[in-house]
Amino acid sequence: MSKLKEESSAPICNSISLLHSNYKWEDAPDEEKYSQCVHCGMCLEACPTYQETGLEAHSPRGRVYLIKSVAEGKMDLNEFFANPVDTCLDCRACETACPANVQVGALVEEARGQLHKAYPPKGISGMVNKLFLHHLFPHPRRMQLLHYLLKFYQKSGLRNLTHRTQLLRILPKHLMDMEKALPSLSSPPALSSHPERLSAIGPRRAKVAVLTGCVMDVVYSDINDATIRVLRQNGCEVWIPQAQRCCGALHVHAGDRNMAKKLARLNIEAFLSEEVDAIIINAAGCGSTLKEYDELLKSDPEFKERAAEFAHKISDISQFLIKLGLILPEGSLDLTVTYHDACHLAHAQNIREEPRKLLESIPGLRIVTLPDSDRCCGSAGIYNITHPEMANALLTRKLDDIPSGCDAVAMGNPGCMMQFQTGIVRQGRAEQIVHTIQLLDWAYRKESPDEQMQKG
Amino acid sequence: MNTDVKKKFIQSMISLLGKAAVLHQYEELVAYECDGYTIHKGLPSVVLFPANTEQVASAVKYMAEHQIPFIPRGAGTGLSGGATALNGEVLISLVRMNKLISVDYKNRRAVVQPGFVNLKLSTSISSEGYYYAPDPSSQSTCTIGGNVGENAGGAHCLKYGVTTNHVLGLEVVLANGEIVRFGGMPDTPGYDLVGFFTGSEGTMGIVTEITVRILKKPQGIKTVLALFEDVAEASQAVSDIIAAGIIPAALEMMDRIAIEGVESGNYPVGYPQDIGAVLIVEVDGIEAGLQDQIDHVVAVCQQYRIREVRQAANMQERASWWANRKTAFGAMGTISPDYLVQDGVIPRSTLPQVLARVDEISRKYGLRIANVFHAGDGNLHPLILFDSRIDGDAEKAVQAGSEVLKVCADVGGSITGEHGVGVEKMEDMRYIFTEEEIEAQLKVRDVLNPNHLCNPDKIFPKPARCVEVKRYLI
Repeated sequence: MSKLKEESSAPICNSISLLHSNYKWEDAPDEEKYSQCVHCGMCLEACPTYQETGLEAHSPRGRVYLIKSVAEGKMDLNEFFANPVDTCLDCRACETACPANVQVGALVEEARGQLHKAYPPKGISGMVNKLFLHHLFPHPRRMQLLHYLLKFYQKSGLRNLTHRTQLLRILPKHLMDMEKALPSLSSPPALSSHPERLSAIGPRRAKVAVLTGCVMDVVYSDINDATIRVLRQNGCEVWIPQAQRCCGALHVHAGDRNMAKKLARLNIEAFLSEEVDAIIINAAGCGSTLKEYDELLKSDPEFKERAAEFAHKISDISQFLIKLGLILPEGSLDLTVTYHDACHLAHAQNIREEPRKLLESIPGLRIVTLPDSDRCCGSAGIYNITHPEMANALLTRKLDDIPSGCDAVAMGNPGCMMQFQTGIVRQGRAEQIVHTIQLLDWAYRKESPDEQMQKG
Repeated sequence: MNTDVKKKFIQSMISLLGKAAVLHQYEELVAYECDGYTIHKGLPSVVLFPANTEQVASAVKYMAEHQIPFIPRGAGTGLSGGATALNGEVLISLVRMNKLISVDYKNRRAVVQPGFVNLKLSTSISSEGYYYAPDPSSQSTCTIGGNVGENAGGAHCLKYGVTTNHVLGLEVVLANGEIVRFGGMPDTPGYDLVGFFTGSEGTMGIVTEITVRILKKPQGIKTVLALFEDVAEASQAVSDIIAAGIIPAALEMMDRIAIEGVESGNYPVGYPQDIGAVLIVEVDGIEAGLQDQIDHVVAVCQQYRIREVRQAANMQERASWWANRKTAFGAMGTISPDYLVQDGVIPRSTLPQVLARVDEISRKYGLRIANVFHAGDGNLHPLILFDSRIDGDAEKAVQAGSEVLKVCADVGGSITGEHGVGVEKMEDMRYIFTEEEIEAQLKVRDVLNPNHLCNPDKIFPKPARCVEVKRYLI
């Protein structure tokens, strides 16, 4: 616990080469990165916030231009800068579109780091921020407790009571909708309920470590169960390091880089303490952050190299199974599904084919194309809580795109799943929201999908 | 604009267009300092986002009455600074007028608002078997209104013609705020005002609705890639292909430095870095006979030293070649922090000679120049690579660019093929027009834009300031 204690705020950075820069802290947006942008504009239509607003400052190249303008001293680190930087979904769609590989996501995260130092979150939002990002997410035991509290809330009749008494009306509408969409929690968190080591089923083909995640393990621990089963089914010896922590993705997104770095160091120590073939993650958002630990810790001489080694070992479950060579499932699923590309899989990790290949391997499954499947659904970490209006606009467009006749929508990220679920419940629709790996798991288990979906 | 006038103007615009459609704080304007051309910058005093023609007209009417200069702006992907507010003009952004109004398949035309994105037209009508032919490389983000302003071209304009060949009718808000309509049918009697407006770079009024021609998708498309050891031989092959009577849909070329850029960019094809040039040749039309044309193209290429020549195995491979080519400009960001792209046009046969001159200019200024061409129609895009952080580099790039255009003009070509003159090439207009010819054109402009409020100080050099303009930088 002491390892997580707040360090005193970092000193003013003296490595900033630009004399007039209005960035005063370490980890300032990297000149190497923004000078790669030639302002061609190929990113514009890829950006969900530009599509909605048409504002240059809310486009990727506009954000990069402002980030550069602050570095050049043309603009202050004020609310006019914070607004476009904060409204970025960090979905990385622009990075797919960018001809010059400009790392817009990393630049925005670095800019948020500066804003976080300049304006530490205060008041109620500051307290909520601190509660979640400092006192909850970094602590696995507290997250597990949260799971049981939520479960108690759902099972004890308390949830019914709050619904009947309309007690939740004190919450903003979008949070009420999210509460209604919260899936019923079935299995206990995987991190504490599974043995630390599980043997492979059949001949051993690889040894992997599994990162169980925060939201994933609190809300969707059944997906972690499915992931572990599928890995074992594919001949993997599974190790679930007990010293693992939250990946820090939400902290990076919020600009809280100090806490993100602390978590990164703890994870590197936990996972590199043993030799494994791969470190498996089933949440796109976590995966992309984990793969960028080397970037996060680039100025930490002690951890830099190990961060690169760690990042190199991270593999999304779909990516890993395809690379390993999937043992084809035999159970048939009589379902029509469509697949949504989570931004942090498609844009941040360039993983598009692998999840589709997994789905195609399932006998009986009918796959239909989701138009614009890699456009952000509006979840974007906690964006749907901080920017409900934009998040809802994107969600509505996403739901409108779901082809008729689908039984389920598959995806690879818990944030997207909660966002979709919120929309599905709000609109009274029937589609099931599933993780790709769940479908595969059901096929392996040859169970009736209907029965599984009831549970889901 | 003085402070009082500005304050009143902002108030009036807010009441006309709504608060969310008027930007005026310094920080909100910074991102509008430039478009795709970044050498000259200027902060607009206000940016407006009208939602319909009537709003454009009422805003323009106010500005005409109060003598406030203004500039229309599309997606801001222009490459000659046409939408840059050099003197604090008001920008009228048309991105919120982005609807596809109607499609008439029987008569093969579509009506769009100016902010409608070029590629979206093709994707919207693709399922019916139609497409919109002009395909500037920025087509995934640029707007059709902007295309009309610049008379945009693209890779496939060799066979199908540029924007002006596809615009049937326009609705325009004139500089005094009056709404007028031109054309509507092919070859309307009287003066060709649609043609006149197309390519006028926003100096005649603001286009608020466009009727365009749509085409049936060709039955077949075949694409060939040829890797040449030598760039001069590749240029010669281009002339040979056309001389053989083949009219390719597209005939594109990139030289070694351009290849270095695209290969380190986001859409690499895997071109060897030591070849002289790559040529992409595409033919389309009725399936029968296409293979013959391709075989002919291959035979022409094989007369030269080529590393490889091959046909795209499938549409996916073709798409990867085009994604690589169409992102070539932006990809230069990976090998240089800034570039200046030129847009010279030359007679095809002079290609080898002009390339040799461009190479000399590159060495003279000590700046690398990557060459990307619409080779088929002799449209060169030398990308002059520079670093604006180094003192004097931008000036050198501008001078080198100007010299390249001089070379183009000297061999009987022109200074722009599709990017427009904007602020960038105003002075270079003198390479192809005499003082009298420029005067004559200004008189035409004065008929519709008498007070120079509509995109002032663009396209034409000011007679008295011709020398200073060159030095007017950053």
